[in-house]
Amino acid sequence: MKQVTLRIKRQDPRSKTNTEPRWDEFTVPFEGDNLTVLEALFYVQENQDPSLCFRYCCRAAVCGSCAMYINGAYRLACQTNIKHLEGDLVTVAPMPHVPLVRDLVCEMDDFFAKYEYIKPWLIRNSPDPEREIIQSPKERHKLDMPIDCILCGCCYSSCPSVWGEDNYLGPAALLKAHRFEVDSRDEARKERLSLWSNERGVYRCHTIMNCGEACPKELNPTEGIQWLKKAAVRRRLFGKAK
Amino acid sequence: MGSLALDRSKVGGGGVIHHDVIVVGGGLAGLRAAVEAKMAGIDVAVLSQVHPARSHSGAAQGGINAALGNHPDGSHDTWEMHGFDTTKGGDYLGDQDAIMQMAQDAIQVIFEMDHWGCPFSRFDDGRIAQRPFGGAGFPRCCYGADKTGHYLLHTLVEQAYKHGVKFYVEQYVTKLIVDEGACRGVVAYDMVHGGFEAFTADAVIIATGGYGRIYSNSTNAIINTGSGMAMAYRAGVPLKDMEFVQFHPTGLRSTNILMSEGARGEGAYLLNGAGERFMERYAPKFMELAPRDITARSIQTEINEGRGVNGEPYVLLDLRHLGAERILERLPGIRDLAIHFEGVDPIEAPVPIVPSQHYSMGGIDTDVNGSTVMPGLYAAGECACVSVHGANRLGGNSLLETIVFGRRAGAEVVRQLPQLLRNRPDDRTAYAAVVEIENAMKTLAERDGGERQHEVRAELTTLMKEHFGLFRDEPTMQTGLERLTAIQERVGRVGIRWTGDVFNLDMIRTYELAGMVDVALAVATGALARQESRGAHFRTDFNTRDDANWLRHTLAFHQPGAAGPRLDWKPVTLGFFELQERKY
Repeated sequence: MKQVTLRIKRQDPRSKTNTEPRWDEFTVPFEGDNLTVLEALFYVQENQDPSLCFRYCCRAAVCGSCAMYINGAYRLACQTNIKHLEGDLVTVAPMPHVPLVRDLVCEMDDFFAKYEYIKPWLIRNSPDPEREIIQSPKERHKLDMPIDCILCGCCYSSCPSVWGEDNYLGPAALLKAHRFEVDSRDEARKERLSLWSNERGVYRCHTIMNCGEACPKELNPTEGIQWLKKAAVRRRLFGKAK
Repeated sequence: MGSLALDRSKVGGGGVIHHDVIVVGGGLAGLRAAVEAKMAGIDVAVLSQVHPARSHSGAAQGGINAALGNHPDGSHDTWEMHGFDTTKGGDYLGDQDAIMQMAQDAIQVIFEMDHWGCPFSRFDDGRIAQRPFGGAGFPRCCYGADKTGHYLLHTLVEQAYKHGVKFYVEQYVTKLIVDEGACRGVVAYDMVHGGFEAFTADAVIIATGGYGRIYSNSTNAIINTGSGMAMAYRAGVPLKDMEFVQFHPTGLRSTNILMSEGARGEGAYLLNGAGERFMERYAPKFMELAPRDITARSIQTEINEGRGVNGEPYVLLDLRHLGAERILERLPGIRDLAIHFEGVDPIEAPVPIVPSQHYSMGGIDTDVNGSTVMPGLYAAGECACVSVHGANRLGGNSLLETIVFGRRAGAEVVRQLPQLLRNRPDDRTAYAAVVEIENAMKTLAERDGGERQHEVRAELTTLMKEHFGLFRDEPTMQTGLERLTAIQERVGRVGIRWTGDVFNLDMIRTYELAGMVDVALAVATGALARQESRGAHFRTDFNTRDDANWLRHTLAFHQPGAAGPRLDWKPVTLGFFELQERKY
């Protein structure tokens, strides 16, 4: 039987007695060589501290629930196998720079409000055809990167521009804006420009590129934001909506 | 115990939250129902245990069936043939009128999802791409790489935001509010803010998905515990055909995480320990693309007869001959999963797989419009049983079911609302329901019966795998049922150990466990009663289909205080296709 020590950041901002953060250590035994951080958290919650809380759902890295800060890096707890982490001590903290609900659960309201702000839905003016809207494989491939976003919030938490400016939409929302800009079926180029080419939008990105490093799906929001910046310049200078 | 108490500012004294329609569950079925009602101008809210974008619908991979006829080999495909394949795939237990309705609606809902922005993969001519799938006569499975569920889910989340559907996120719904035999709302635990709240509504649509997690070897998300089924069941609504449990042929060996049927749709092989494509012994014509029940049993037979890899209980899913380019283009998601969770890159090595619990054909008994026997209560998606999947669901039909029947349930609620409005509940009923659940939680918190939630859960899920799996027989199931009854008693001794109000996982997981046992008892009792083999329900002691006695739906009615359900039966609707022996 092997074991690993988890050092978990605990905090209850709404506690009536103690709102200060603390670090609790737990020892988790396991057999074989597969133990994910999520499994370890369940072990702790079930066997050692029933008050521990964290988000979970798919346990297969597609739902984006369990984004955390593990050993100093953004990771999905379900996708993180202990054996791939160095040392015998695993530190687990909530995503930094995001308001906290409790323990490892972050408050995502602002994150989703910013997502909603960029109108993350297809906008069309022409009547829908009887069948599908024709889209070539080449046009479709332009969507490959942004549509794989699982809205976990890692990029948002990692972005210094977000830390410094509450109003900044952040990498996830802007990647979503990019997703609709590059969709050949969308017909709202003019309307969309004002949603992200503004004081909340792309110009607050200083290409620090933490987002790409933080993304557990290995996407690159900076690339999408840079595309938007170029598109904004083209449109403002030449009036082209492409 | 004050911390679990009711938030008086929100509930009671006229402060009960009201919406015309409440949808419980934010996956594809729930969102599609909500969008349908909202587009008709109805005030609709979605209550969900997780943010809707995190729903388990997003884990679906391979695709969604519709007879679009886009594939060069499928230009003669018709929705009638889709209906036939679905009927035969379900071993003739599906209601044929419902199946035909779904197959016909399919084409329209796929185009609608495209118009709403779903990024389906494309053929060179710009039309939606389709691939072959199990049990289908033509390649009719529309896909977006191997992330179709994720793309559909995000598209519907986007539409819900667009239309202004009200989301109550991280609300764990515990109970239906029922008054004078009609459903009048729900009680929910507000995970983020703490406390219980009452939500009243003129109609409630349950769309909470499946119960996969009552099995230890499930592909399902951790939240798929059948909570919506348990709620309806306890409120007196029957569960239908619960003995039909789908085992997906290809879950990862160590975690049961899904490897899409799309892999075999693209041409992947199943190999035993000797390197044989053993499916030629079981389904010579369809080979790896036989329906899931047959393929899963074939794999288990290979394993049971010692032909697993090195005698170990697993076989291989081999994609290598598809080549890196095709895998990266069509199956990038399962490649990532195999690398992260099994340590195998399918481009370089075959992937160890085992049959894994995947889907529930059974569920809350509904008609084609999502109506249940209880006025004001509707259900759609995996938690419901219309029935279109019969005894075995075809791959690509579950995503379809969610959208077709979510939409139909939403439309039906809109139609019925004027009538339901007359039954608007008063807040006292809602208030009483909240007090009742608060008291139940207090009881759980004061209980110290020496049982632990996770230990009982582990025994339950292992038991279901061992006694109600791919191959069933009377003695094994009888023992299983006895063990289940003992577990039911133990659940009565599990208490809550922590009573804080915010994100109380101990309370949620303790509460949901009792529902899991109720659902498990419905599965077990139905399985023991049905003395035939049909689709996913295979009995070694009754190994053929028996249409004379068993061409009928099972209905399980909850009996409070009893060890299991009371069973009743209901005829299957035929009328389109003759009964045939099922060969592939």
